Amino acid sequence: MTTTVRVLKYELHNVVRSRAVLVYTLFLFLLTDVLFRFGGEGARVVLSLLNVVLLFVPLVSVVFGTMYVYSAREFTELLLAQPVGRRSLFAGLYLGLALPLAGAFLLGVGLPFAIHAKAEAALWGPLSMLFAGGLLLTFVFTAVAMLLAILFDDRAKGLGGAILIWLGCAVLYDGVILLLITMFREYPLERPVLALTLLNPIDLGRVLLLLQFDTAALMGYTGAVFEKFFGTSLGRVTVLLALAVQATVPLLLASRVFRRKDF
Amino acid sequence: MTEPAVAAPAVEFRALRKRFGRLTALDGVDIRLGAGRVTALVGPNGAGKSTLIKCLLGLVRPDEGSIVLAGATLDGGFEYRRGLGYMPQAPRFPDNLTGREVVDMLRDLRGHAAATDGELLDWFGESGALDRPVRVLSGGTRQKLNAAIAFLFRPALLILDEPTAGLDPVASGILKDKIRRVRDAGATVVLSSHLIAELEELAEDLVFLVEGKIRYAGPLAGLKARTGETGLERAMAALLTRGGA
Amino acid sequence: MTLRAPARLLGGLLLAAPAALPAQALVVVDPAGPVRTVTEALARVAPGGRINVRAGNYSEPVIRVAVPVTIVGDSGAVFVGGDHEIFVVTADDVTFRGLTLRHVEPSYVEDRAAILFDSVANCVVEDSRLEGTFFGIYLSRSRGCRISRNVVQGTSTAEMSAGNAIHLFHSRDVTVDGNRVTGHRDGIYLEFAEDARVIGNLSTGNLRYGLHFMFSHRCEYRDNRFVNNGAGVAVMYTRSMLMQGNTFADNWGAASYGLLLKEIRDSRILGNSFRENTVGMYLEGSARNEVTGNTFEANGWAVRVLADAEGNRFARNVFLRNSFDVSTNSRSNVSTFRGNYWDHYEGYDLDHDGFGDVPFHPVRLFSLLVAQHEPSLILLRSFFVDLLDAAERVMPVLTPETLRDDRPLMRVPA
Repeated sequence: MTTTVRVLKYELHNVVRSRAVLVYTLFLFLLTDVLFRFGGEGARVVLSLLNVVLLFVPLVSVVFGTMYVYSAREFTELLLAQPVGRRSLFAGLYLGLALPLAGAFLLGVGLPFAIHAKAEAALWGPLSMLFAGGLLLTFVFTAVAMLLAILFDDRAKGLGGAILIWLGCAVLYDGVILLLITMFREYPLERPVLALTLLNPIDLGRVLLLLQFDTAALMGYTGAVFEKFFGTSLGRVTVLLALAVQATVPLLLASRVFRRKDF
Repeated sequence: MTEPAVAAPAVEFRALRKRFGRLTALDGVDIRLGAGRVTALVGPNGAGKSTLIKCLLGLVRPDEGSIVLAGATLDGGFEYRRGLGYMPQAPRFPDNLTGREVVDMLRDLRGHAAATDGELLDWFGESGALDRPVRVLSGGTRQKLNAAIAFLFRPALLILDEPTAGLDPVASGILKDKIRRVRDAGATVVLSSHLIAELEELAEDLVFLVEGKIRYAGPLAGLKARTGETGLERAMAALLTRGGA
Repeated sequence: MTLRAPARLLGGLLLAAPAALPAQALVVVDPAGPVRTVTEALARVAPGGRINVRAGNYSEPVIRVAVPVTIVGDSGAVFVGGDHEIFVVTADDVTFRGLTLRHVEPSYVEDRAAILFDSVANCVVEDSRLEGTFFGIYLSRSRGCRISRNVVQGTSTAEMSAGNAIHLFHSRDVTVDGNRVTGHRDGIYLEFAEDARVIGNLSTGNLRYGLHFMFSHRCEYRDNRFVNNGAGVAVMYTRSMLMQGNTFADNWGAASYGLLLKEIRDSRILGNSFRENTVGMYLEGSARNEVTGNTFEANGWAVRVLADAEGNRFARNVFLRNSFDVSTNSRSNVSTFRGNYWDHYEGYDLDHDGFGDVPFHPVRLFSLLVAQHEPSLILLRSFFVDLLDAAERVMPVLTPETLRDDRPLMRVPA
């Protein structure tokens, strides 16, 4: 535990000072700020940020994460030659990567809200889901980044994998769902589709925000099935839990690979 | 300058085997490195030198065999590395940390209470290199930091991978002096190098690896005697062409 | 007082000798007084006179009002029904004020109401409370009536056993204003009711519609709020309506909408607000309607226009945060959208005339997909779906090409 904290301390120093994280924070800040200046009130800004959170945050997390772990490879070996356990070293490395990215997101998006948004009760729901989604997606995709970079010694493979996984989750997955829906139109598909949605972190993040903005539509048609599942607090907890699981699984895998790996 | 004495450990590799997929990196390595001596690992590229070093460091886990350090078999624990100093071949430190922060981090990480050896660190720190981010340092300066870190915690066992690579002749000389002094103080040193002159200058024993197997292990002088060559380079070439003798 | 004292004295006399006494201008009904029922009071009151009902519970057989009269309740004057109507009015110029009417049991054979007006003129019900009555106020073949500031609160949970709070049948020139109606089948129901005015009412929590017009031409309804009903307002088989300044909100459900227009012609829908309805406005078989200056915000489907709706004109409406702005069921379209504000519009205005330089296509490909494959709704706001929509927008293949706004507003109109 102490090893983890010690590693984390210096990793934080290092990652926080990295230019990429600075640029990421600044980009999120400027974008949110501009949305406020042009779009106006809070709920609409949250809506405009939806795609940023669902696409950009995972992309940055997985690509920056993978590159970072590769660039730290030699130093990681030096650390491994110190009298420390691999498990705690791994935890320190992961947190040292994920926390600055999560912080960058919080700061970059949160600050403009603190400056511009009026404190209305109606904004809390959408805003909390925006942050919950953004943070969980950061943790999920940095965990994926760790796994890829540790699994593949070849950087091109790891980075390619990162982009593929992002593309898969962000775009292709929904295309496949749509294809399945049109192919099996005569079957009741609500439940299978629901299950498929639970497997993709980006879809889960999207559903969290759908529940804030599109309840009226979800109540229509068979959509009510989705609303009935996700709209309850149980459903919401399920979504958050599923996201937490999706961060944990690649993380545990990465940790296992890391502990057994020959460097 | 004299070094405070340390208790030198002997290092034993017993029937060590390691395969990476289809490639056999170590094929039954069975040697004992003398305590308080400088042993050079030599051999062509891909002979298994790095793998052997990494096994000793715990970076690579052997498939078979064991390593005995100062009489104790390594069992996957990490405490033994407290007595280890390691100088990797191509060091990269976190870009945005200063040299001082890297050193502090390692100090923190070891929870090192005992006195440290700041000699090389002071040498590195001349001209303020300690407080600049690592990414702006030249390769040679980085290698100095690398050396300073390896010696910092007064290790009884030093593992040096191409220690003078990238150093100018003056720096190289200072490092070699330092190596000899810690050896004299009782430390065991394992080094790998391609520089014949460096080997002849530093090494007492020599382990010659080819394709994961030991071709020769013993005193430097013994190799020349066995091959009948006078130069070390020729002696090694002879060993390589003639096969196991 | 000088007038009242002899009147009471006279009342006492009447009790002693009930036959053939002159009718009185004012009769007081009191549970402890000489006149204890309204039925009794009606027998004594002079045409155009007044009955004052003191606090107390009154449970009488059907009270038949056959003379012009004003019946005023003190606070706490409560009429309890049963398996029959409470009041049946057959005379003109009858006014009810400040009464509380409670409990009229549902019936499957008759439209049993708390107050039934049958073929009368100039009736008034105001400032009264109706609680747990099957039908509330029922006007049949009447005209020139006014129903104001009443609270009609039902307890219905099933549509079959529920009546309407305010029900107009074959009536003309009726004003319904400032009422609060809830817990019924329809909040306010008009069938063959022409020239009615429905103003400033709140209709909420009704099982079917907040307000329902059938064959009721030339009516207007303004400044009402329809919240959380089975559906907001249904207007059917009607022409020349004015619907202005109303709020349609929170009407959620698979077949739910803020405003349903079915076979409606030549009507004006102006300055209404549609918020968070599953479908904001639904047009079926409706023609030549003017839809101007309305706000559609955070609805599932802001406007759904079926192919058989033609010649409807949408202008200066504001579309904000709707999941779908406009949807339809056909590639052909004969309604026009011009000069509306769409928050989904991503065009530009290089000549700074306040209108976007490229047309906006409010019908997304995805809305067609959802119509055909309902479960695909879960992909709402998916990047993949956005890509599909963008491709379709560039080259419309499946969405109606003519359904577009050539002059989309760049800003929300003031």
